[in-house]
Parts: sequence; C-alpha cells; structure tokens
Amino acid sequence: MSKTFRRKLDLKAGRVDMSHGAGGRAMAELIAAIFKDAFGNELLEQGNDQASFPTPAGGRMVMTTDGYVVSPIFFPGGDIGSLAVHGTVNDLAMAGAKPLYLSASYIIEEGFPLGDLKRIADSMGAAARAAGVLIVTGDTKVVDRGKADGVFISTAGVGVVPDGLALSGDRARPGDRVIVSGSMGDHGVAIMSSRENLTFETEILSDSAPLNGLVEAMVTAAGPHLRLMRDPTRGGLAATLNELAHQSGVGFRIVEDHIPIKRQVAAACELLGLDPLNVANEGKLVAVVAAEAAEALVAAMRSHPLGADAAIIGEAVEDDQRFVQMTTGFGGGRIVDWLAGEQLPRIC
Amino acid sequence: MKYVDEYRDGDKARALAAAIAAEVRPDRSYAFMEFCGGHTHAISRYGIEDLLPKNVRMIHGPGCPVCVLPIGRIDDAIRLARRPEVTLCTYADLMRVPASGGLSLMKAKAAGADIRMVYSSLDAIRIAEANPERQVVFFAIGFETTTPPTAVALKTAEAKDLKNFSIYCNHVLTPVAMRAILDRTPTPDEPPIAIEGFVGPSHVSTIIGMEPYRVFARDYRKPVVIAGFEPLDVMYAILMLVRQVNEQRAEVENQYIRAVRTEGNPVAIDLCDEVFELRDSFEWRGLGVVPRSALKLRDAYAFYDAEKRFTVETQPAEDNPACECGAILRGQKRPADCRLFGTVCTPETPTGACMVSSEGACAAHWTYGRFRHHQTDAGLRKSA
Repeated sequence: MSKTFRRKLDLKAGRVDMSHGAGGRAMAELIAAIFKDAFGNELLEQGNDQASFPTPAGGRMVMTTDGYVVSPIFFPGGDIGSLAVHGTVNDLAMAGAKPLYLSASYIIEEGFPLGDLKRIADSMGAAARAAGVLIVTGDTKVVDRGKADGVFISTAGVGVVPDGLALSGDRARPGDRVIVSGSMGDHGVAIMSSRENLTFETEILSDSAPLNGLVEAMVTAAGPHLRLMRDPTRGGLAATLNELAHQSGVGFRIVEDHIPIKRQVAAACELLGLDPLNVANEGKLVAVVAAEAAEALVAAMRSHPLGADAAIIGEAVEDDQRFVQMTTGFGGGRIVDWLAGEQLPRIC
Repeated sequence: MKYVDEYRDGDKARALAAAIAAEVRPDRSYAFMEFCGGHTHAISRYGIEDLLPKNVRMIHGPGCPVCVLPIGRIDDAIRLARRPEVTLCTYADLMRVPASGGLSLMKAKAAGADIRMVYSSLDAIRIAEANPERQVVFFAIGFETTTPPTAVALKTAEAKDLKNFSIYCNHVLTPVAMRAILDRTPTPDEPPIAIEGFVGPSHVSTIIGMEPYRVFARDYRKPVVIAGFEPLDVMYAILMLVRQVNEQRAEVENQYIRAVRTEGNPVAIDLCDEVFELRDSFEWRGLGVVPRSALKLRDAYAFYDAEKRFTVETQPAEDNPACECGAILRGQKRPADCRLFGTVCTPETPTGACMVSSEGACAAHWTYGRFRHHQTDAGLRKSA
C-alpha cells in the first residue's frame, strides 16, 4: 500500500476533515496511520470489509460492523433503519457467509420525534426478517440537541461460512472475469436527488437490499471458482475495483458499454456533475470469478431478482501498476481512478 | 439520454477519427490548445487522444479557474472565513486547494471556520437572508461564464437590501490569458510556444460571442474554433482546425452553433459592464501577473466588495520552484516532463496549479491518462 499514500498524516496539528470519511485515499491513509497502528493484528491487516476467523468449536465465522449517518434519514427506496440492516448483512454476505445475528446501537439527538424513531425501528425489524437475520442485542444513547443530527445507527453482525469457501479481496488472478450484479449508482443518486429536490420522469429509488440470497445462489453456481465479492458502496465501482486491484496485485480492464447504468441515473449524474462509477450502491455486488465459470455464474445471477441485470464488465489482467483501465463507449481508453476528495458526504 | 448520447456516439467518433486521419498530412505535426478545462476533461475522460493521429497533439490550456487562482487569494479567503462574524460561501472544488502553511478551506472548516459549499451564487444570497446576524461572503471565481451569475447575485442583494452580503471577486478573462500565452518570448533554454490554433470555450462564448477572438485570427494568424463540450464536439472542432491549418486559413469558426451566437448574450454583457471593471493586473498561477486580465466590482458597488468591507490585502505566496505548471499551460512541456508529477504532486496532494482541480492538465492526465506511460508502445507520447 505504501505506493498509494505519499504523505504522512500530521498527527500533532492536523484535524479530521470531510475527506477522511469519503472512502477514498485520505480515509485509507487515516485508517492505516491511526487505527491499524493502534489495533494491528493479522485479521485486520487483510483489509476486508469483514473479518473471517476459525471458531474454537470448528468452522469459520465472519464479523463486521458499520455506522450509518445517512441524510436524509428517509429517502426514496429506504431509510436509515433498513440501510443499517442491509449494509451489515451485505458485508457478511460478501465473505460468502450466511448472516445470522445483528446488534443495533442508536445515538439519538434530543428532540427527535418518537414517531420517526418507531418508523425507523419497524423498518429495521422488517428488513431483518426479510434478510433472515435476528437483531439480538442493542444499545440506546441520547445526546444534547445539536450534538448529533437526528439519529445515527451502528450495527454489527456475525455469520458463518460454508465449509471450503474462502473468499477474499486478494484472490483475483489475471484472466478472471469481473461481474456486477446490476445497475450502478442508484443509491447515491436517489439520496442526492432527494437532497436537491430533483425530480425525473420516474423516481430514482435506492437499490438498498440484502444480498445474502443472491450470494447463496452464486456460491451454489460457481463454488470454488468464485474468487471474491465486494459491495461497491461509498466510492462506487471505481473505488471497489481499485481496492481489489491493490489487494490482489492485478490490474482490471473493463468496458464502459457493458456496465449497466439506468437511463435516469445517468441523466441525474450528468446534471449533478457526478461519474456514476464513483457513486454509491447499497444492493449491488462486484464478483471476480474464474473465466471458465463466468457465463454460468451470470446465468445463475440473472435468475435471481436482485441479479436480473448481472453482466460481465471486464477482466483482471497482469499489471504491476494496478491500474483499472476502461475502454470508453466513445472508443478511447482511460483510467478509472479513486475519487480525490469528497463527493457525497453522509451517503450511508 | 436525449441530446447528450448523440454527442458521445462511438460509431460517429470512429467516422470522425477516420476523417481527421484522412486530412492530416503525414509530413507535419499539428499542435492545438484547448483553452478550457472542460475540454481537457472531455478529452481525457472519453480517451479522445487514442482516436487522434499520432501527429496531432492537444495542449491543455489554463482555462480552469480553480487551477489558476493564486495561493495568495486562497489565503485571503481563509483569513476572511476565520473572522468570527463571517460565513464564507464557496464552490466545492475550491475546498481542497492547498493554501500557505499546509492549510486549505477544508482544513479551515475542520478547525472551526464557517465555510459553506454552494452550487450557485444565489445559494449564498439565501444563506445571507436566513442568517442576518452573519456576514456572508461569496467567494466568486471563474471565467466569463460564471461572471453574470455573480452580477445577478449582487443585483439581487441590492434589490433585497441585504446589508450582510458581499463578494470576494476573482473573475478572470479568457482572451487576455490566451494573448498572454502567445505573447511570451521564450527564454533561450525554453522550448518554443508551438500552438497553431485554439479550441475555444463555448460556454464563455455563449456570453461574450465570437468577436473577442478575431484578434487571434487577424493579428496572430491562429485559427480559433469555438466548440461544445461533448466529445464529438471536440473531435469535430479538431477536424475544423486541421482543415484551417492545411488550407492556411486563420478564422474564428463556430462549431457550437446550437448555443453560441456571434454577438453572445448582450443582456449578460451589459449587466457585467454595469457591475464590474478591469483590474490593472491580476496574478495567475502558472502564468504570472497578467495586466488587465481580471475583474473587480465598480466603485458604485463598493459596498458589496468584500475586499473593501474587510480590507483584504493579498500577500504573495510562492509556488514550488520545481513545479512546471507554467510551461505545461503554455504547451512547452507535458505533465510527465515535470519531476513532481505523480511523485509529490497528485490530486490528493497537489503542488501546482494544474493538479488542483480535475479540469487541470496534470490532474486530468493523472486521473484518466497515466496508463499511457506504461504501455509497451509508450515513450512515443511521453516527450516530443
């Protein structure tokens, strides 16, 4: 990772700024310099969105945690409660795990309407039931007015991995195919549109959804050919592919015309000056699979409602620079890079 | 997307690329400057370089308002924002620009300054109305395209009798900067200025029209083609420039007829004339001090001038001496020729003007095009 970060954090006089939470290089640098340094252990070093470890009783478990600060709290296609379930369920599922139990921790601002709190909790419960997980423990804190913004939720989750399955971000090999499960950018654009009061011919809904069912179908279809999965949340497809390129030590070559993007999402991005490849998703995944199993995997994904638009978008290649390169629809080539700086604060 | 996809069509791009290749003379090379960062971004994002013959070179000009704003002016903005009574409203792309002492507006915000990101000058007016106890300063930057919205904000403030609104004016002028580039006499150890024609910024011309560019055709014998910002617009403009060069013509032509009129927008021009006047001189990052290249508020509107309301006295701030931005903006060097490019200077940690915004020559090359140095047939594009 040393090649990616070129300047040290100023731990004496520096302060946290918004770029440290944006999912880009600044955040990776912050994590490396402060949290990895303080917590340092082998599991954390792997740099996945979840940790996978053997249990004393046998078998492997997966654990993850995530905080939710989305604004607005209610958005087209979901709310902070359902998002807090889906995000954590998906982080578990990306390791191939069957998600089992979640915790929920609420930080609530003084004055927050009880009706809204009830609505969020009900939505959270419904999302958990739909995903087949139980919320089994929690915590409630209230802070003075102005010390938080409405409500923040933090969830942790555990799951178990089927025997013989070992998915990890460092397993992509040259020749492997890259698959996305559906259209890119829906969640971020839904949030931005509701913030900016943009309306389109058809309302853009967040894609927020639990992916464990789709993942189960994928594991059945591709088995050991499946190298890794990751959900392209903050930073979008671009950030995810760059992370995976660095973790696996490969490059990626993708084809712009093969990436599914909804017409109205593309239009909104045009209006807002965003690149849909940098925009967050909450119900989509990126998978890397051995070439010989790719077609069968896509077919299996397409027969699941959450993978109906699944597509092979490119392949992993040998590249000591770890570049993610794209053939544009226009016919030229370009790099798909991490985004420098902040794009959309409080997207999840 | 209607009215957008048509201008990004891959088949039409290949047809245009073939037309350019057929008209380009193999025995010579062509070098054109796209002045505007919007064009630089389109060229990089769509990979237009890959569709051009090897002997057609695009030079990325200084038309990125965030890039060319000198550090001293950002320092001023930070000083303004740190005043306890001030709320500073800024376009988001200024937030990360490095200022003196390792600061930026983003870091000043993290340290407690009241800095708000706005999408429009009128957002700043709304913030001023909603916070009558605050002094709201709008950090105005940009070329001729964004100058009228600043004038509208000022007139709106006047009409609403908003006493707590002022403008920190940094508007700059396109044709003057183009002349400054062509007028430079290279020092003996500098490469010559090789620009043979300009892709002119169309959004600027929706305001100022085509007339201000006649001087380049008439006095400098440089063709100018006003072009839209979609990739097919840019390629078509390049074809038009190649034709002019081949036919030894130097004219101002309009590729962007769907929006640009010869006379521009007289209403906007008159409004700007009423509100703004020329500064005697203004410093451009990369180009140095350029006489009569920027605007300030006229005395009649001094009440709304943040430089007068808060007595701003810009202190000079030095750029890194190893930075090659000046030579890159004039087309004398390419981003990869700079020792700082991609080492200490990256979009996260920009050292020079061209790396500061995604529309800058170096940032666009780093973000979208740096793989070209690592191709087996590289070298060819690394240095002429």
